[in-house]
Amino acid sequence: MTTLIPNGMSRRHFMSHLAGASALAGSALSLGHTLRLHADDLKRRRKSAILLWMGGGPSTIDIWDLKPGTNTGGPFRPISTSGDVQICEHLPMMAKQMHHMAIIRSMSTREADHTRGRYYMHTGYAPDPNVEHPSYGAVIAHELIEQRPDLQIPPFISVGGGSVGPGFLGMAWAPFSVNSNGQVRNLNMGLDRQRLASRLRTLELIEQRFIDQRRGLPSDEHRQVVQKAVYLMTSEQMKAFKVNEEPEPVRERYGTDAFGRSCLMARRLIEVGVPFVEVGLGGWDNHSNIFPTLADNKLPALDRAMSALVEDLEQRGLLQDTVIIWMGEFSRTPRINGNTGRDHWARAWSVVVGGGGIKGGQAIGSTNEDGTRVVTDPYTAEDVMASVCHALGISLETTFTSRNGRPMKIANSGKIIKDLFA
Amino acid sequence: MAREVTGSKRVFPAVWMLVGMVWMGGVSADGQTAARFAQVAEINRQIAAGWKDYGIRPSPAATDGEWCRRLYLDLLGRIPTVEEVQAFLKSRDSDKRRKLVAKLLYDEEYTEEYARNWTTLWTNILIGRTGGTERRTLISRPGMQKYLRDAFARNKPYDRMVFELVTSTGTTKPGSPNFNGAVNFLIGKVNDEKGAQATAATARIFLGMQVQCTQCHNHPFNSWKQRKFWEFNAFFRQTRALRRYEPGTRNLAYAELVDEDFGGEGSSPEEAEIYYELRNGLLKAAYPVFLDGTVIPRSGLLKDVNRRRELGKLIVNSPYVSRAIVNRMWAHFMGYGFTKPIDDMGPHNIPTHPELLDYLADEFARQSYDLKLLIQWIVLSRPYALSSKTNKSNEKIDDPLLGESPKFSRFYLRQMRAEELYESLLVATEADRAGGNYEQQEKAKSDWLRQFVVAFGNDEGTEMTTFNGTIPQVLMMFNGSLIKRAMDVKSGGVLGKVLRSPMSTKNKIEYLYLAGLARKPTREELGWASQLMRVHKGDPGKALQDIWWAVLNSNEFIFNH
Repeated sequence: MTTLIPNGMSRRHFMSHLAGASALAGSALSLGHTLRLHADDLKRRRKSAILLWMGGGPSTIDIWDLKPGTNTGGPFRPISTSGDVQICEHLPMMAKQMHHMAIIRSMSTREADHTRGRYYMHTGYAPDPNVEHPSYGAVIAHELIEQRPDLQIPPFISVGGGSVGPGFLGMAWAPFSVNSNGQVRNLNMGLDRQRLASRLRTLELIEQRFIDQRRGLPSDEHRQVVQKAVYLMTSEQMKAFKVNEEPEPVRERYGTDAFGRSCLMARRLIEVGVPFVEVGLGGWDNHSNIFPTLADNKLPALDRAMSALVEDLEQRGLLQDTVIIWMGEFSRTPRINGNTGRDHWARAWSVVVGGGGIKGGQAIGSTNEDGTRVVTDPYTAEDVMASVCHALGISLETTFTSRNGRPMKIANSGKIIKDLFA
Repeated sequence: MAREVTGSKRVFPAVWMLVGMVWMGGVSADGQTAARFAQVAEINRQIAAGWKDYGIRPSPAATDGEWCRRLYLDLLGRIPTVEEVQAFLKSRDSDKRRKLVAKLLYDEEYTEEYARNWTTLWTNILIGRTGGTERRTLISRPGMQKYLRDAFARNKPYDRMVFELVTSTGTTKPGSPNFNGAVNFLIGKVNDEKGAQATAATARIFLGMQVQCTQCHNHPFNSWKQRKFWEFNAFFRQTRALRRYEPGTRNLAYAELVDEDFGGEGSSPEEAEIYYELRNGLLKAAYPVFLDGTVIPRSGLLKDVNRRRELGKLIVNSPYVSRAIVNRMWAHFMGYGFTKPIDDMGPHNIPTHPELLDYLADEFARQSYDLKLLIQWIVLSRPYALSSKTNKSNEKIDDPLLGESPKFSRFYLRQMRAEELYESLLVATEADRAGGNYEQQEKAKSDWLRQFVVAFGNDEGTEMTTFNGTIPQVLMMFNGSLIKRAMDVKSGGVLGKVLRSPMSTKNKIEYLYLAGLARKPTREELGWASQLMRVHKGDPGKALQDIWWAVLNSNEFIFNH
């Protein structure tokens, strides 16, 4: 009998059971697994991605695509960077890293409601009552998991935010959410291994009997999640969550605020082999009083942590295999409203990407003089997702089948933004 | 056992005691029973006809213990106590299932719990999991709950309830002047976006129509047109939510839902039209028109017509309303509705059992929209009494998780809702409730539920729940505060009680399995547990802890099966 007990069983062996179980669930859901088709590719270096999620909708006209001297431009000045782009004066440290990053300035999307926009930018699909689509983390974790047979902690980790769920890929690909302190709640049972083992043995008898009675998928999924939880409680890799073990200068470099700690945690998680980490920074829904909020609060925090992350990944040789994505659900109106704020705006805005072989130091596409319109080829969430997948070596021919039988192309048939890879 | 009984139960005993007596009393009840069994027989007949079409052999009947457990979960929102299970298992009465249903629905002992459970469910339906908890909200969650608790305790006819929720005026907060808890459904949905949220929620919840996309464009695959959305929306345009402040301050005291004259967006209040924008930028005018084409006077003046009252009447007299609630109740008890999602019942979405749906809807309307009657038809039916164990003939073709339409030839596994788990853990562990009155108990529960809620960091305070079968939930069951309390052998909870009782070792183990799983342990389980008891002979509390922990952490516990 397979057992929930980790004692006396090698982790690799345990993982092979897990992999077997999830592959079973996979075939039931008829998932197209491109990686299985390319066994040779497994030998190459493992890829990962970090999504910096700016909850609320950041004002990219004030950050990455400034319009100084126009009615819509606001008070911020552009500064030169290490790349061939200018960005906001309140991002001086990022300015030194821009040769690694590309700004896509011609994003044009349609969802300007928080819930819908969050869903769309995370999945590449507009919300649909009949299908739940998998989000970035679920898709990428699912596609890259076979590169890391030794991973003992969840492959999709969300720090300080909520993310969007695994949709039809199933609970095994759900985001594992932690706060920026890396405290995983209820992790400590306070018992010795002996007691834990006897509890799990007692549990196993009930659990397995129930599964053997063939009552349907959920009973087996429960057991898989229980196995993962046991693993989590006993894995050395859990250390990755403990950002306080980093030397103080490193923590200072990232910033001691929540976002700084979260970005540092993301680097540690990538290092132990987690394929996808999402880091949330909220507070961008600036309907009023936007400029002091950005200048004094949001941008300094973003600048410190994001620049530290890029720099650190580069120094460790990880940046070439790690894609960084910076985006929110949409952006904000060029027009400044009566409360010195900006409202929701999806028609013309910017997303920033870098790492994983993406050509940095450039701006792709452009907006018109006052930032209200895109004047070059417009790009969508699907295109960004397709480009990220491409950078990670995931085939865009990958097709999933939703639980109700609809075939779904990965990234919703988005097209690769070619200039990113020129 | 002593479940907490609060004072509220005594507020309205007369009404439902009367109902209960009629039901429990001999002669008249028999006549009614026959009538009720007619609907049960019809459900059984039509569902079985579907099995035949698909060549399905249904799963065997659920055991008494399984059936009893699911009934308590679905009706009261918690698992049965050991005493309740044992009483049911011991009974030799051939009619014991019907009697248990009647008891849970009509016996005074259970009114409070019945109302609590359905209040929880309907509060989430009407205002969402977090409605009334956001900053600067107009909604009073306690006000919504108070209205619903009264409605379910009295078994208010469903059409009456819908009419009140759609048409009520008054203030939100219990204790405020002119209080009317029903207004909390609409209070947060009428002021913004020209009442688009009120339009969408009313159509979706009470009529089973998804119209929100048609606010901006014609629906791609149902018959709703943009015009229809705004014609429906026009019914809500006399309605406003007003803020009422504490005297002399800017602190919101409560909110009030009122109807006022609506001048329209054109020139004349007697022809109070509204405008909406087509995708090509053209403006079109709309007046109140119900789904079936019924028009009401166009005036926006209350002396001529109260649009919301007219809408209330049109809704409760329409066939949609009973179809929608039958579908919702069926899904609640059977795990899936006749359509998926249950609140999208337009002509584009063909029900799995259209005739049965129409039949039950007609019967429900004919029998005075009595929710407790509808519940009985469903829970006394054969499909509800089937095991969740599959067989070769139905494991694939009747698995909605694989995208198949539900045939109801088996009971579908489903995870307890967070609220059900909370209440069940209190019952199973016989832990003392947090104490206090209804509001304080609800607060203790919502404090606990909050650990599963993640905020999204925008101005609208959007949230999601992580109570969805993921690792954090499992860890909570492994090591969370409620479980730690349940493992305490010193307190008056179930473990301490069992430990100190004079029961034999075997009976002690059996008691724990009954408390959590409504069944006795198998021989293998008993053998292993007895071995544990021997290992920890000096400290039997440890062995009991380990057994109890395993019971509560099992799939068999967390699933309604």
